[in-house]
Amino acid sequence: MLTEGAVCEGGKSRLNKTGNWRTMRPEVADTCNGCGLCELFCPDSSIYLQEKRAVIDYDYCKGCGICARECPKGAIEMKEERK
Amino acid sequence: MSMISVMEGSIAVAQAVKACRPKVVSAFPISPQTHIVEELAKFKAKGELEAKYVRVDSEFSAASVIYGASATGVRSYTASSSQGLLLMMEVLYALAGTRLPVVITGVNRTVSQPITIQPDHQDTMALRDTGVIQIHVENSQEAYASHIQAFKIAEDHDILLPVMVCMDGWILTHSYEPIKLEGQELIDKFLPPFVPKYRLDPKKPMTYGSYADDEVQEFRLMLHFAMEKAKAKIEDVALEYKETFGQYFGGLIEKYRCDDAEVILLAMGSVIGTMKDAVDHLRKKHIKVGLVKVRAYRPFPTEAIYEAVKEAKIVAVVDKSLSVGQGGPLATDVKAALYNKNGPPVLSCIAGMGGRDVRVSTIESIVDYALGCMQGGKAPDIAYIDFKPHYLGMTKI
Repeated sequence: MLTEGAVCEGGKSRLNKTGNWRTMRPEVADTCNGCGLCELFCPDSSIYLQEKRAVIDYDYCKGCGICARECPKGAIEMKEERK
Repeated sequence: MSMISVMEGSIAVAQAVKACRPKVVSAFPISPQTHIVEELAKFKAKGELEAKYVRVDSEFSAASVIYGASATGVRSYTASSSQGLLLMMEVLYALAGTRLPVVITGVNRTVSQPITIQPDHQDTMALRDTGVIQIHVENSQEAYASHIQAFKIAEDHDILLPVMVCMDGWILTHSYEPIKLEGQELIDKFLPPFVPKYRLDPKKPMTYGSYADDEVQEFRLMLHFAMEKAKAKIEDVALEYKETFGQYFGGLIEKYRCDDAEVILLAMGSVIGTMKDAVDHLRKKHIKVGLVKVRAYRPFPTEAIYEAVKEAKIVAVVDKSLSVGQGGPLATDVKAALYNKNGPPVLSCIAGMGGRDVRVSTIESIVDYALGCMQGGKAPDIAYIDFKPHYLGMTKI
């Protein structure tokens, strides 16, 4: 819910799931070795590493495709978003 | 202690702003606003004004500086005119949306093209929908009072909206009047220090202007509700000013000789003084004419105007601007206020644009025309009374 004057405490932007803008969806294949390069390149901090593998946070990922382009293993593929 | 001395309208405004003890003043020169901020700079140089005085590179920055300053929780002020106000416009939406109670003097001047620095209301009319409260004043004494009132209205926690005090350029800013300056002690009592509802603090980070995908509609409605609440606040503050300082210029509106009036004139700004003379003159000739001065243009005093004019047989609205493709903007709002309520017909007149003199004789011909319409029982969409006949019907360049 929006506050009066759109003024709120920090961190509230997490409530806005901006991932709904996405038209292309990055998907991580098993060939991912967890190097973490995509995590560094992601302009929206929407990738994190879990058990040596890249995990995409689709709540905020906008599908820019930089991760797929930069992945040295070619382990990230951009697929059309379908709902 | 209060004192009366003769001064320019701009200086009266600067005196009022100084007495309100702002902490930040941003300034960018534009005629006819310049003398106000120049005088504030002199106060600062003499050590009479404690505020941080920020000289900026444009009006966009002038508005942005007071946005930032107000967000940190301090009383902030700027002034501008015409093109300058239009350059501020994007920030004005943000100031209102973020509920920052700054005060701005909107010195009314027309907008290019053609280039001219003469006064009319074309500039502030464009700012109508920003969410900024607009108070239009009749004379410099009212401008002085309205600035002191403006901070009190803006900073109320139920309102929290920017207030723009609109005054006609040159006619008020550069003419000399005896002005009653109030004593600092009494002003401090009337206007205590600003207590912000929220404020930026490095120790407690806040987001100002958060993102929204949905609920923009409801957010805008909250602004509308705050404006609606401002109606009562504007009235209350005007009455409190009267009790404290003994002067009253009207609340949302001011009625002048409206009892038993058949024709009611309605307008805003400095033209009201001339209109009062015209009404007195016509009353001597037993013509039943009255006058409604609109002080608050936003929030628009729909109910107060209806109550003031409902018994009249015709309302003649004089606009100092023209909404191209529609007509007089004030007249349009007055018509909306009376529609569905069986109000009297509304005659829309445009006068005084680009600084054209509005004389007692101009007002008298408007009343004359209105009396003619009254007998016919209806009014045309616009009556081109104050226009040069040569131009009417001219479409070629």
